[in-house]
Amino acid sequence: MKRVVITGAGSINALGFTVDETLEAMREGRCGIGELEFRDVERLAIRIGGQVKGYEPEESFNRQQLSLYDRFTQFTLIAAREAIGQSGLTFTGELAARSGVVLGNSGGGMTTLDDNYRTVYEDGKNRVHPFVVPKLMNNAAAGHVSMEFNLKGPSFTVSTACASSNHAMAQAFQLVHGGASPVMITGGSESMLCFGGVKAWEGLRVMSKDACRPFSANRNGMVQGEGAGVFVFEELEHAKKRGAEILAEVAGFAMSSDASDIVMPSKQGEARAMQGALEDAKLNPEDVGYINAHGTGTAANDKTESAAVADVFGAHADRLLISSTKSMHGHLIGATGAVEFLACIMAVRDGIVAPTIGYEEPDPECALDVVPNVAREADVKVALSNAFAFGGLNAVLALRQFS
Amino acid sequence: MDVKPRVIQIIAEQAVLETSDVTLESTLDDLGIDSLGLVESIFAIEEAFDISIPFNANEPEASDFDISSVATIVVGIEKLISEQS
Repeated sequence: MKRVVITGAGSINALGFTVDETLEAMREGRCGIGELEFRDVERLAIRIGGQVKGYEPEESFNRQQLSLYDRFTQFTLIAAREAIGQSGLTFTGELAARSGVVLGNSGGGMTTLDDNYRTVYEDGKNRVHPFVVPKLMNNAAAGHVSMEFNLKGPSFTVSTACASSNHAMAQAFQLVHGGASPVMITGGSESMLCFGGVKAWEGLRVMSKDACRPFSANRNGMVQGEGAGVFVFEELEHAKKRGAEILAEVAGFAMSSDASDIVMPSKQGEARAMQGALEDAKLNPEDVGYINAHGTGTAANDKTESAAVADVFGAHADRLLISSTKSMHGHLIGATGAVEFLACIMAVRDGIVAPTIGYEEPDPECALDVVPNVAREADVKVALSNAFAFGGLNAVLALRQFS
Repeated sequence: MDVKPRVIQIIAEQAVLETSDVTLESTLDDLGIDSLGLVESIFAIEEAFDISIPFNANEPEASDFDISSVATIVVGIEKLISEQS
């Protein structure tokens, strides 16, 4: 089997327009969550989110592109340009024919849907823009990345709600690991911060009105975010041959299904995914120095995840570090695992563990070292990234320091 | 609108029981209503009485809307109706 390394990373999210800006914010424990700004926000009970602000689409795309790109596609392309630019790869000939793009996404072009539902239902018009369908489809972003970078190999979109990006990156990993593709572009994107997108979440009564405080006893729910994270997964020898800079090695992954409840998490399902990732990467629990938690800040997730970590890691659970960066960038749903993967890269490459900010009160049911409020230096050899989706669909990736 | 019979009707429908099986003393647990069922019941009550119930599933005890029994729910709704009308 081939070893898989990361040779490029890109992102746009509430913490920054690039990976460097995002990591700087994570090191400083800065919060990107604030007042939401969009039409009809005053009709919402939940008015905060990790929104990408100060973003000018016209700086990155021309008029023709903007008429075809929903916001989630725009975010994807911005992140993909950064990631592929960093990798130094250009896709031609045999490399182009075998390389592809697998992305995670949950809501598709939610802002396009919202705008056009308004047009036909609220404004009573009987005509919509001709590109509504190609804009809103979940695979639009993957399609546009393939076109912009000439990726002609296996390409598709994975949709598993909050685990979409992790499932997508797992597929990309397998394609490179198994030798089918020398390079895969992967990650995920989401943009559902619009009236309909937030209104739907409001209905579940799991959202916080003031802050995302994962693992803190006074946590009161999740906060949505938006953005994208994109990575270049490359076969190790291919990367070495061209002298590419290697950010980290993707060591393995596992997926599991709770087969239990559509929204409530399961300790057993989560534990099986983490255990499986360790086995796939041939790691001992003691090798893991950091876990980027799913850590949504809901009552149910954080205690279930803490219990699952305790089950898998035993005594080592008290020594490893675990944090939820959702406290800073919010829950990016289908993109969340991709943006959170950046915190794993920072841990294994730079030896800096991102904090869980907003942490105010210890919770005996989440009695782990959650790196409260301030980033920490640590020599992390292996990091896990947890994603546990509605539907009970779990995906955990293992990232190893490359030296 | 009389609150009590309408609430009992909503909760009975959620629990797939006859209204006669739902008493003021019943708890949602007794009636087999889980967290999703609770959120759905609250939605139905809001629609029926045109009120807004400040309920967050992460901290059910944080609002003064008490869901510990059918009786406390009825009291809570009556209070919200008088406040929000």
